[in-house]
Amino acid sequence: MSTATRRPAPDSPMAKLGGPAKWFDDRIGLAGLAKKQIRKVFPDHWSFMLGEIALWSFVILLITGVFLSLWFKPSMSEIDYNGTYAQLRGIKMSEAYASTLDISFDVRGGLLLRQMHHWAANIFLAGMTIHMLRIFFTGAFRKPREINWLIGLGMLMLGIIEGFAGYSLPDDLLSGTGLRIADGLIRSIPVVGTYLEFFIFGGQFPGDDFIPRLYIVHVLLIPGLLLALISAHMLILVYQKHTHWAGPGRTNRNVVGYPMLPIYAAKSGGFFFIVFGITALMGALMQINPIWMYGPYDPSQVTAGSQPDWYMGWLEGALRIMPNWETHVAGFTISWNVFIPGLAVMGFLFTLLALYPFVERWITGDQREHHVLDRPRNQPTRLGFGVAGITGYGLLWAAGGNDILATHLHLSLEAITWFMRFAIFIGPVVAFIIARRWAIALQRHDRESVMHGYETGVIVRSPEGAYSEIHSPISSERAYILTAHERRPKHSLVSREDVSGVRARKQGKERLRSRLSDFWFGDEIPKPTVSELEAAHEHTHEESPVVGDGHHVGIETGGQTGGDPFELDESTT
Amino acid sequence: MRFLSTRRRHPLAGLVVVLFALVVVGGLYSAFRPASADESTTDTQLISQGRRLFVVSCATCHGENGQGVLEKEGGEFGPPLIGVGAAAVDFQVGTGRMPLALPGTQAEARKPIFTPQETAALAEYVASLGPGPAIPSKDMYDATNATPDEVAMGGQFFRTNCTACHNFAAQGGALPHGRHAPDLTNVPAKYVYEALLTGPQQMPKFSDAVLKPQEKRYIIAYIHSMATMPGYGGSRLGFLGPVTEGLWGWLFGIGALILAAVWIGNQGVRAGKKRR
Repeated sequence: MSTATRRPAPDSPMAKLGGPAKWFDDRIGLAGLAKKQIRKVFPDHWSFMLGEIALWSFVILLITGVFLSLWFKPSMSEIDYNGTYAQLRGIKMSEAYASTLDISFDVRGGLLLRQMHHWAANIFLAGMTIHMLRIFFTGAFRKPREINWLIGLGMLMLGIIEGFAGYSLPDDLLSGTGLRIADGLIRSIPVVGTYLEFFIFGGQFPGDDFIPRLYIVHVLLIPGLLLALISAHMLILVYQKHTHWAGPGRTNRNVVGYPMLPIYAAKSGGFFFIVFGITALMGALMQINPIWMYGPYDPSQVTAGSQPDWYMGWLEGALRIMPNWETHVAGFTISWNVFIPGLAVMGFLFTLLALYPFVERWITGDQREHHVLDRPRNQPTRLGFGVAGITGYGLLWAAGGNDILATHLHLSLEAITWFMRFAIFIGPVVAFIIARRWAIALQRHDRESVMHGYETGVIVRSPEGAYSEIHSPISSERAYILTAHERRPKHSLVSREDVSGVRARKQGKERLRSRLSDFWFGDEIPKPTVSELEAAHEHTHEESPVVGDGHHVGIETGGQTGGDPFELDESTT
Repeated sequence: MRFLSTRRRHPLAGLVVVLFALVVVGGLYSAFRPASADESTTDTQLISQGRRLFVVSCATCHGENGQGVLEKEGGEFGPPLIGVGAAAVDFQVGTGRMPLALPGTQAEARKPIFTPQETAALAEYVASLGPGPAIPSKDMYDATNATPDEVAMGGQFFRTNCTACHNFAAQGGALPHGRHAPDLTNVPAKYVYEALLTGPQQMPKFSDAVLKPQEKRYIIAYIHSMATMPGYGGSRLGFLGPVTEGLWGWLFGIGALILAAVWIGNQGVRAGKKRR
């Protein structure tokens, strides 16, 4: 577009910005780059904003964290408390705990910001988690986005460590109990565990060095890493362009949505204020981590209801249901009872998540790029694995709160433990089967909708006296969405014998892959073919403009659809 | 006087004199009778009343003389009560835990069956079986005038001895085999003191050698101070620790944010434009 049409009138306030803007552009020269990037198109869907929950709560964490760092004293030297909170006055405690009490009771607005910081941390990790689930279920991790998937996983892990470091800093009774568990986990590592403990704590637990060290990890090291990874995550996102849902005019080679400026910037910026508002509301109305109730850390004390924050809860649950297995070798004890639930389970889940995109790609043999998302139901096996994972995670989560379950549901702790010991293996399998069959049933429903339309709820009586319900064809846009996924050819086992009858090597691996592929796509409901569709529509005597591979014409690709102006980013990736 | 002296030999004179004497004696008796003569005055009367109640309501499990009842396998059907003292009875019966509503994992507090007077009689009877801790007097457990220093010290004792089972805010917690440590926030000071002294059910006994009487009072003062503390920083979410925080973070925090995301995602380009 020509610059003449975009230039504001000389008397408008925008014109006054021209001078300084030109001054900057003459020196930095970003206008050329910005011109392209501010028209960058982002597709619009609520599920694409889940990652923003994490992003914006991270921003809130930075803002509130800077405030807290002005008053927090990361020191384990012992002092007598003399602040406002009467119930602890005169009690000996670490400076870290005393300064957290001061933030809570003596610094103006301190408690609000401390609580906002903590709520934002809970929301940050929850936001990352649901964002990851969205990516998983819609297949947004597929080529070319595997790197961003791994970066995201790295951020999730760092976020968990960062959160743990954060709530361990105040040196209250609960955080000390948590640190003691972490200390136990480190020690349970065979051979090097005790050396690592001395290295990390600067001697035996708890020592005097740990809080200052943890403080640097919490305010400098991990936030720095997170910022770097967030930047990489976002830059790759912008470079690769956002995925979008299937729909008329939306293909693997374009992005349909709104431009960055002014629309998406406003939406996204507005969302920041909503996230901030809700966090502030929670910080103002709901107590979180009432450290003054826990008291200062004392290794001789512990409290009922000692739990970690929610993102460590599943590991706590694994610890709580683990049988007491130990091996004694040549005078040394290997604590499987701590090592397996504490470290092996975490390693297992994150390894599975990291390998998943590559395993799926190998099984399906799909080497293509994907920019159009899967509807979760069209990937029943993947959906099943996801739901199984959620189920296992949820069971461990519940096991972590077993004492709260016991008191509030009048259950026995032992009964919960034994239930969970079996459920953790059986539950995910059952969930996998149910979710997979459910997805296939939904596929069948989609096929029905495309072939015979939707049920109108209108019952008619024929002259013969028979009753039937009128089915109306669904809109062509809807039909497109329901049939946009491709028919996947099964990865069939081809004979690997050449003309001379020499068998190719790695036949066994291929056979495994073929069998897995059969399982992966087995029982899928094929979308209707053209002839099936025509036969069905003839049957209902309805006019429907269907041609081609079940796709509907009559939709302007990339044009005005649904009344909203779509902008196209036609550049290919 | 002539009237009387002339009739002193009258056949009805003896009857009149007897009647008069009866009225006088009766009047004197009613005038000088102790006010609570029929509501048991002496220890012996109280003990015998307690024994009567005990035989009816307690002896099935605790034995006719409070010696306890053993099961065939040797387990205790009901523990012996000799030497548990009046404080134990006052706690168990006064909080309604005894008589047991039904055998189960744990005796629960409920509306007391016996009146305070009957409870006192039972306590007196059980105390007569053997020496044990007596019911504390009000000045021992009353912590309403505790100084801030005493409250702070009570907090230290509370965190050292009580939080492991009763939770950091005295909300109660789970114990093995379906048992639980009860919520202490609304328990009257006397019963907290008696529980410390006698160690009911799973609770350890904190004798006066372990926790001095005034230290018990400090603990009571600290529990009381928590119950009356303002909710710093908003709703306490049940004072149950991070489990409820996580629940609210997900249900309210993430829930509200997803609703907001759906709202933003469904908005068109122009504000106020009607969606079709």
